[in-house]
Amino acid sequence: MNDTVENKVEERRNFLKTGAVVAAATVAPGVLMYGVAHSRAPEEAASGNVRWGMLIDSSKCGDGCNDCVTACNTENGLSGETGPQDTQYIRKLDIKDLRNGRVHSLPMLCQHCENPPCVDVCPTGASMKRADGIVLVDRHICIGCRYCMMACPYKARSFVHEPLTDQNPEVPRGKGCVESCTFCVQRVDRDENPACVDACNSNGHMAMLFGDLNDPQSPVSLAMQTQPSTEVRADLRLNTGVRYQGI
Amino acid sequence: MARLANWLRLAAMMVVSAMLAVTTFSAAAGVDLPKLEKGKGDKCVEDTQYMRKNHMDLLKHQRDDTMRRGIRTTKHSLKQCVECHASSNTGSVASSKEDFCAACHSYASVKLDCWDCHATKPGVKPIKQGSTGQTSNARSTLSSSPLLASGMNGGVK
Ligand code: HEC
Ligand code: HEC
Ligand code: HEC
Repeated sequence: MNDTVENKVEERRNFLKTGAVVAAATVAPGVLMYGVAHSRAPEEAASGNVRWGMLIDSSKCGDGCNDCVTACNTENGLSGETGPQDTQYIRKLDIKDLRNGRVHSLPMLCQHCENPPCVDVCPTGASMKRADGIVLVDRHICIGCRYCMMACPYKARSFVHEPLTDQNPEVPRGKGCVESCTFCVQRVDRDENPACVDACNSNGHMAMLFGDLNDPQSPVSLAMQTQPSTEVRADLRLNTGVRYQGI
Repeated sequence: MARLANWLRLAAMMVVSAMLAVTTFSAAAGVDLPKLEKGKGDKCVEDTQYMRKNHMDLLKHQRDDTMRRGIRTTKHSLKQCVECHASSNTGSVASSKEDFCAACHSYASVKLDCWDCHATKPGVKPIKQGSTGQTSNARSTLSSSPLLASGMNGGVK
């Protein structure tokens, strides 16, 4: 047990070291746009050689821009309401530095942790991490106890309180289960970006990159190798799959 | 050689009786058996008799493969059942008592929770992006209420 924790810390140190090295070459934004270049046959299971991740540059993330959230709602059939009992896969947060008053805004979503607390606490095995790092709720097994919602430091999960109708056939959802961002797993499995990333890029903001963190040549890895990036609550050592710049 | 011919005759008879059995099953409205609309295409994803008996096992296997391992084959996918078996009348597999899955389950007193989450109507392929309002409107005319569907599935208690 101790041994693996030590290893994790070591890994993370190495990761941070590489993250801090600023190489001279910068990658043109056009190259960054389409992160997914992976091909997996339909009958092939998700592989541990891949780790899906995201890099969000909150300095490019416009104040009041909601494009990622809107695209997410459309793709996943979410109502778009933001009340305490409404499902939100992405929340746009306004963050203020109390020392100098700098305000900026960033999207907060499931951080797809390598060591996800939601999976640790789940009594049924419904909260799960797929081999390729995508953290999901298997809603066939979820009993709606909501321990995972309490365990998540990012407040990324929602509970469906009311019966739903007219779901997207691609995205089944229903009352009595916990749910959260899936990285649009139905799209990722056919080599597409999550809906938020496509919307952000096609609307010209270019604040979000998606790709394989294990592939050193993927645009998202290249960007992380060349520019500093941060984990939210790095102190928790969850090794998040979502990283931020500009916070 | 003669033995082979006998075998063939026996096999042929079995096929004929099987066919008879199928016709009686679907045509015997007098005995109050469920009347099932034939699916799209000329055959199911597996042998018809096998499907009658084992479709739930195929679906549960597929469910775990897709959900937990990311396997996206279509042969035993629930989405595909809905594509082929949606009623020409309601466009759904479970929004009225006559619809394919509901008809049989209501007859057999089987209640599913699948339609609480899974759409009972095939996806509308062209709809992709667009304003949220528009899409949900388009969907509401095209999909039925899953509540209605599960109510119907349960049939008369
Ligand atoms: C609480 C919601 C919920 C309920 C109830 C539910 N599912 Fe699912 N199901 C899901 C989600 C979410 C997925 C994952 C979809 C994806 O990743 O594409 C899924 C995926 C599947 C898949 C793989 C995708 C496909 O279309 O083939 C199958 C098969 C499946 N479910 C079968 C069932 C069956 C059978 C039932 C009823 C016994 C059922 N599900 C009930 C939410 C639900
Ligand atoms: C390619 C279209 C297609 C798909 C996909 C399909 N079916 Fe079928 N299914 C059919 C056809 C056509 C028949 C009628 C076959 C016959 O008459 O022998 C049928 C027959 C059946 C029957 C027997 C009905 C009876 O008359 O008793 C069952 C049960 C069934 N399907 C269930 C399913 C399930 C469950 C799925 C999803 C795993 C599925 N089917 C997917 C086309 C399809
Ligand atoms: C020929 C009749 C028939 C048809 C048609 C049929 N089913 Fe069934 N189904 C049954 C019976 C009977 C059972 C219950 C078997 C048992 O309990 O052992 C069942 C059980 C199930 C179960 C398992 C339920 C549970 O709670 O374990 C699922 C899932 C299911 N059916 C899905 C479907 C879907 C989806 C369709 C339409 C595509 C369909 N079935 C069409 C007869 C049918």
